[in-house]
Amino acid sequence: MLIFVADADVSWEFSDLIEAIYSAPTYHLVFEGCLILFIVGLLFQHSFLPSKRRGGSGDRLSKAEEDQLIAEWQPEPLVSGDPADEALLASYQRCATSQVGRSVTYSDGRTLVNFATGNFLDFIGEARIRDRALASLRHYGVGSCGPRGFYGTMDVHLHLEEQLAKFYGCEEAVLYSYGFSTIASAIPSYAKRHDIIFADERCCFAIQQGLEASRSKIIRFAHNDTAHLEELLQRQAEHDRRDPKKARVTRKFIVVEGLYVNCGDICPLGELVKLKYKYKVRLFVEESASLGTLGATRARHLRGGRRQRAGRGSDSGWNRECSGPLRGFVVGTKYVVDHQRLSGLGYCFSASLPPMLAAAASEALTMVDEMRGERTARLKSVSDRLHQRLLAELDNLWSVEGAPMSPIKHLRLHRCTGENSLPALEAACAAAADAGLLLTVARYVAQDLGQPAQPSIRLSVNCNHSDSEIGSLLDFLKSYATGLAKKCFQQLNISRKVRPWII
Amino acid sequence: NDHSEEPTPYIEAIVTYISYVLLAVFGHIRDFLRNKGFEANMIATEPDRTKSFVPLYQNFESFFTRNLYRRIRDCWNRPITTCPGAEFEVMDRDSPDYGWTFRYPGSTTRAVNFGSYNYLGFAESSGYCADAAVAATEMYGCGVGSSRTEVGSLNIHTQLERAMAEYLGTEDAIVFPMGFATNALNMAALVGKGCCILSDELNHSSLVLGSRLTGATIKIFKHNNPADLEAKLREAIVYGQARTRRPFTKILIVVEGVYSMEGSIVRLPEIIALKKRYQAYLYLDEAHSIGALGASGRGVVDYYGCDPRDVDVLMGTFTKSFGGAGGYIAGSSRLVQHVRQSSHSAIYGASMPAPVAAQILTALSILLGRAGPPDEGKRRLRQLSVNAQYMRARLHQLGLIVYGDRDSPVVPFMIFMPGKVAAFARLSLAHGLGIVVVGYPATPIIEARARICLSAAHSLDMIDRSVQVIDKLSRLLRIRYSRRQPPDWTRDRTRAWAEAQLAEFSRPLAPTHVASSANGVALIGA
Repeated sequence: MLIFVADADVSWEFSDLIEAIYSAPTYHLVFEGCLILFIVGLLFQHSFLPSKRRGGSGDRLSKAEEDQLIAEWQPEPLVSGDPADEALLASYQRCATSQVGRSVTYSDGRTLVNFATGNFLDFIGEARIRDRALASLRHYGVGSCGPRGFYGTMDVHLHLEEQLAKFYGCEEAVLYSYGFSTIASAIPSYAKRHDIIFADERCCFAIQQGLEASRSKIIRFAHNDTAHLEELLQRQAEHDRRDPKKARVTRKFIVVEGLYVNCGDICPLGELVKLKYKYKVRLFVEESASLGTLGATRARHLRGGRRQRAGRGSDSGWNRECSGPLRGFVVGTKYVVDHQRLSGLGYCFSASLPPMLAAAASEALTMVDEMRGERTARLKSVSDRLHQRLLAELDNLWSVEGAPMSPIKHLRLHRCTGENSLPALEAACAAAADAGLLLTVARYVAQDLGQPAQPSIRLSVNCNHSDSEIGSLLDFLKSYATGLAKKCFQQLNISRKVRPWII
Repeated sequence: NDHSEEPTPYIEAIVTYISYVLLAVFGHIRDFLRNKGFEANMIATEPDRTKSFVPLYQNFESFFTRNLYRRIRDCWNRPITTCPGAEFEVMDRDSPDYGWTFRYPGSTTRAVNFGSYNYLGFAESSGYCADAAVAATEMYGCGVGSSRTEVGSLNIHTQLERAMAEYLGTEDAIVFPMGFATNALNMAALVGKGCCILSDELNHSSLVLGSRLTGATIKIFKHNNPADLEAKLREAIVYGQARTRRPFTKILIVVEGVYSMEGSIVRLPEIIALKKRYQAYLYLDEAHSIGALGASGRGVVDYYGCDPRDVDVLMGTFTKSFGGAGGYIAGSSRLVQHVRQSSHSAIYGASMPAPVAAQILTALSILLGRAGPPDEGKRRLRQLSVNAQYMRARLHQLGLIVYGDRDSPVVPFMIFMPGKVAAFARLSLAHGLGIVVVGYPATPIIEARARICLSAAHSLDMIDRSVQVIDKLSRLLRIRYSRRQPPDWTRDRTRAWAEAQLAEFSRPLAPTHVASSANGVALIGA
């Protein structure tokens, strides 16, 4: 093309331009001409954008054709005709008419000893907590009527957050109004697309929802297997060495549970923290079931918390288990936690926790502090004792999963007692109700990746369970399973008798 | 058409952009000074132990927080110390360091509450609902450590579900303890991969999250615009899924009844017609409309006189009109049974606390005319509707740009510039008004606004007093941007009109019933 040079010494005039064209070599002019033609051609060309192609005149559907397609379209029904799961639906009809504390009364008048709900420190029904809740109810009413940002913050919320931070020895705590949403909002408020999360394969469903909402790359490691985790971290570190530019902007997280609800065992926190610093990965610990429940470990968790207060990426608890009314919170350093006040969806966009529940939680926390681990120690010893007796007395009848000191245990029918199917376990729970015990099977949705391969009865221990209550539980489990085994044995006998005849 | 949406005037739009640019320029200068050590650095920084980690959040996000939001942080998260009724006590705060930290001297300021969602005025610390909640706490305690599908079902849950289904005119209903989670965790039970969700562009964040968790294709249509919805519907059916070209298995239209930031009411009859014509399904979030709209408070379906059976999924929350917490899903018994079986919230989440359920149940009974003084429910509904129209008319007459529909209890009016937003928030509180202001990023950058939520607990006198204050402030801050005449309907919404509307309920306006808790027991027992 012609190039104009803005030079003070050379002043071009129109006549000079004409002159220049004349004096230029022919091949140059031809070349320039071709270029101009090419540009004009480009201007008039159809777009190659695939999105525009569809609307191009070629395959554009006429209105009649569209209407035809619309008339032909047959949607599926909104709710597919999935068969009714009677046992599950029955749980909605089985309604308590009392508080779901250490014992529960049902509308048919039966009172059962509760081994089914997480009321580990026996705070549900505690008069002190209830009185505080009632006083708060009489002052604030029930609802908070708004999210935290829009006049939904009450002084009780601020007080509870302060108390939680102090309890954990962290700088700051953020309160959520629903346990499930806490971890499911906390994870995606930090982890975004292109980040990497290393998650334990048995993490509970709330965590899985958080992982999914984050749209990060998820890498699962074998349950509580730090060697496997380290191997994966090493592999990632090698990747990072090869692509340092990308590594500099990719956040990495480890997500674990303190006490796994799905299997009742405890995460190896010490080793995880070592890995965290070694590989510069941030650590989420989901403490819904472990807050206040792990006797010696609580101290360990706490001390751990203090030591790596700054280090712990975030420490999240959605707690329905220990203190009943307490819903969910995240504690950690100010740098980490304050971010959620603007980007935790469940925090910003949801009505805040009803003030009476916040007050009750605050009272429960005070009690935990005052008791100095007395109930926690008791819970641990009760859990431990139950575990030993389960192993000793129910050998070959039930199998037990979970750490000895964990208040959550999963029971499964042993192979020789019969098929460990969900209906069989549900039948066992129904029989338990006749024996005055409240048991429940652990429920999962089909798409839960953390659920165990085998269904189970989830036992939850209460620190005030007496020896006689535990005794009656064991008696029931034993007699029920023995009955099953006998039936099974008879069938086996019949088949043995029959078999030679068939052959 | 009683809907009003005046576009942002050009001059204001330009000035607003300029103010954000100025804020950003100053922000960069301040950041520079902080980095060079000329200015004390108050930013929460990464602790030494994790210094070498990849930063936890983006620089832009924290730039916005420390340079824009921090300056006016005192306009949000204002703690209160009383029940969020017609008036509340706001805790005084002062910040010695321009918004980094707050100090609480311990005093409070009384203000009229236009911030909380308390449409029917059931946020009360005494009276029928509170009595029932006390009785329920004594009976059931205040927490249940289990989910509905394990052993967390209480008698009161069943009662509440039955009452809710009856109130809404549906076959069945299920309740959840958190409104946000009702959306976020249940949509996945209805649609999944291979389905299409058509979502209003201004849908609430819980609906957006819920849609994202389903794995379905999400298409956005223009706010409350049936024509655009129809175009998107046709496109979805005709062209099917993006890469595989297979037809979608189902199409779900997701809309809200009343949009809480716009004050607009969904154009339900047109959307129902579209949904029928194109065999799509309709998910209606009545968070802000249940109890607040319609002759008997049954939400936007009632407001338009539609058949509740035409809406496939009726969802709503209990926070706003019932003074409780939580949400519900209602519809055909088949739908509800399916949700009971596959809802993430019902299977993993704890069940609703009993006092909350009792509060809602009693509020429902009052609305159904079964509890409380006769016509109490009707009175509250009428008061809310009169308050909403009266307030909206007065604000229109002041010359403010007011968004939304005539009957909506949410009344947003525009402020536009960030400086004015902060000034309005501070001055209005100083004059005894608790009004919420919202700006970027919750709204588009040039549409910062203030929002008034009316309640049946407000009296006409309160509204008159508040309008006087807004009159004064709007003159001072020059926010009377409207270039249009006030709509015609505003002309006859005078004080006399309002009083005439309320004449048949000549009882005191914000009654506090002193009833014994035996009353509450009678309600929730049996």
